[in-house]
Amino acid sequence: MDKTQNNKAWFLILPVLILVAFSAVIPLMTVVNYSVNDTFGSNDFFWNGLGWFEEMIASDRMHAALGRQVLFSGIILAIEVPLGIFVALNMPKKGFWASFCLVLMALPLLIPFNVVGTIWQIFCRIDIGLLGHSLAALGIDYNYTNDALDAWITIIVMDVWHWTSLVALLCYAGLQSIPQAYYQAAKIDQASRWSVFRYIELPKMSGVLLIAVLLRFMDSFMIYTEPFVLTGGGPGNSTTFLSIDLVKMAVGQFDLGPAAAFSIMYFLVILLVSWVFYTVMTTLDAQETK
Amino acid sequence: MKNRASLITMTLYLLFLLIPIYWLVNMSLKTNTEITSTFSIYPQTLTFANYITILTDPSWYMGYVNSMIYVVLNTVISITVALPAAYAFSRYSFMGDKHLFFWLLTNRMSPPAVFALPFFQLYSSIGLFDTHIAVALAHCLFNVPLAVWILEGFMRGVPKEIDETAYIDGYSFPRFFIRIFMPLVASGIGVAAFFCFMFSWVELLLSRTLTAVDAKSIAATMTRTVSASGMDWGVLAAAGVLTIIPGALVIYFVRNYIAKGFALGRV
Repeated sequence: MDKTQNNKAWFLILPVLILVAFSAVIPLMTVVNYSVNDTFGSNDFFWNGLGWFEEMIASDRMHAALGRQVLFSGIILAIEVPLGIFVALNMPKKGFWASFCLVLMALPLLIPFNVVGTIWQIFCRIDIGLLGHSLAALGIDYNYTNDALDAWITIIVMDVWHWTSLVALLCYAGLQSIPQAYYQAAKIDQASRWSVFRYIELPKMSGVLLIAVLLRFMDSFMIYTEPFVLTGGGPGNSTTFLSIDLVKMAVGQFDLGPAAAFSIMYFLVILLVSWVFYTVMTTLDAQETK
Repeated sequence: MKNRASLITMTLYLLFLLIPIYWLVNMSLKTNTEITSTFSIYPQTLTFANYITILTDPSWYMGYVNSMIYVVLNTVISITVALPAAYAFSRYSFMGDKHLFFWLLTNRMSPPAVFALPFFQLYSSIGLFDTHIAVALAHCLFNVPLAVWILEGFMRGVPKEIDETAYIDGYSFPRFFIRIFMPLVASGIGVAAFFCFMFSWVELLLSRTLTAVDAKSIAATMTRTVSASGMDWGVLAAAGVLTIIPGALVIYFVRNYIAKGFALGRV
């Protein structure tokens, strides 16, 4: 749609600007302020320049947390995106069963994050959990509180359980928008199931898939509550992701300077990756409307 | 052949989704001694004691009330400020619009962990700590951009000719917006409200940081009880089940729009 050029539109945006300025800019500037100052407590600050940034960039702790975070986001994207597409392709197209599936699939998305952690804690414990108990009965040595690998597997399965439906719902919405004529044409050409997917369904889903990947990337990169409730970042530090480490540093140890420098770099990483996604997305949008 | 394969896939997937939830419900209907002593896939002695504990103890049920209050406040605030902004983004081009849109989106991307401490200090210093409005405002951080995004997607689908006709007919902007435009994007408003509700309802970190006693959210009540009184699995499970119910109810009402909403109105 052509838009009218009108700078008075700023007035309509004003309420949002004021609100977001209050709830985002002021806190963010506080963080920036902390990141360049040092303190001996009691509001007595002095200038520290880029000291904290240099310290955090060189610190093994941050590298380790960042490494775990990237690995985690990579794994869950590699599982959830194909699985979500697969589920969406198998969903009933319309009628009662379609609504039924939609409602059930959306259910995990509306469970508070800490309850998700609790559900999996109760489900996986060896003494009282269905999964933990069954695995133990089968003679499999599984204990997510002691074994780093088991903890990772549990957190990944939990995240797949929690968020695959989001990818599936998005792809489902994309699939619904494909006109029947496309499929009929494919049938006349005797296209195989794979070519129908590759040349009709996948291109039509690309827009929503991008949103799905963007949302999943952002949210998995900020994951805090679920692993915090489930494993508390342990055993050891093996499941301490960036947010968990940050909260430990800022609230637990009250190391404001390093935590603030850490926050800003953390934020910039997310911003950078999201900007790439966003640019690709808007370019695609523009191409489609042409 | 193809249908049977689909049926099996969907059944397996839905089972995968439902079994952990079933286990939670199962736990909530058992006594604590039964949970720790015996292992059974259904409650041997059915009990509602856990639910009764929650529904009669103010320190528990006030958690739900507090959560509902700030979630509703947040939804109302977010939608109210997002409506005119989304209209501006969908209808006009103005200086810096694209940058502004992306900047709004960055707030959706910012990790709550980054903001937890500054929020605590900000709201303490203006005397809003431990009030519902503090949590509602803090959640605006990610809900306002989301609402603007979703609404903008829906408003784009409304032809511009409608606006122009209304202005020619002598409608003033506020009257046009409320009387004509809002009913046209009603489903979009519903979806945006649903998402604001959802993300505010599931968030824990900020609501826990910003509340202590008077406005303590149910999520915070749950985590604190776990650490304080050892492991009261039955009550914890019952509390978990009760947090799922509001979500399940809202989902049912917006089921036909969920998918479109998750696509931020861009399907």
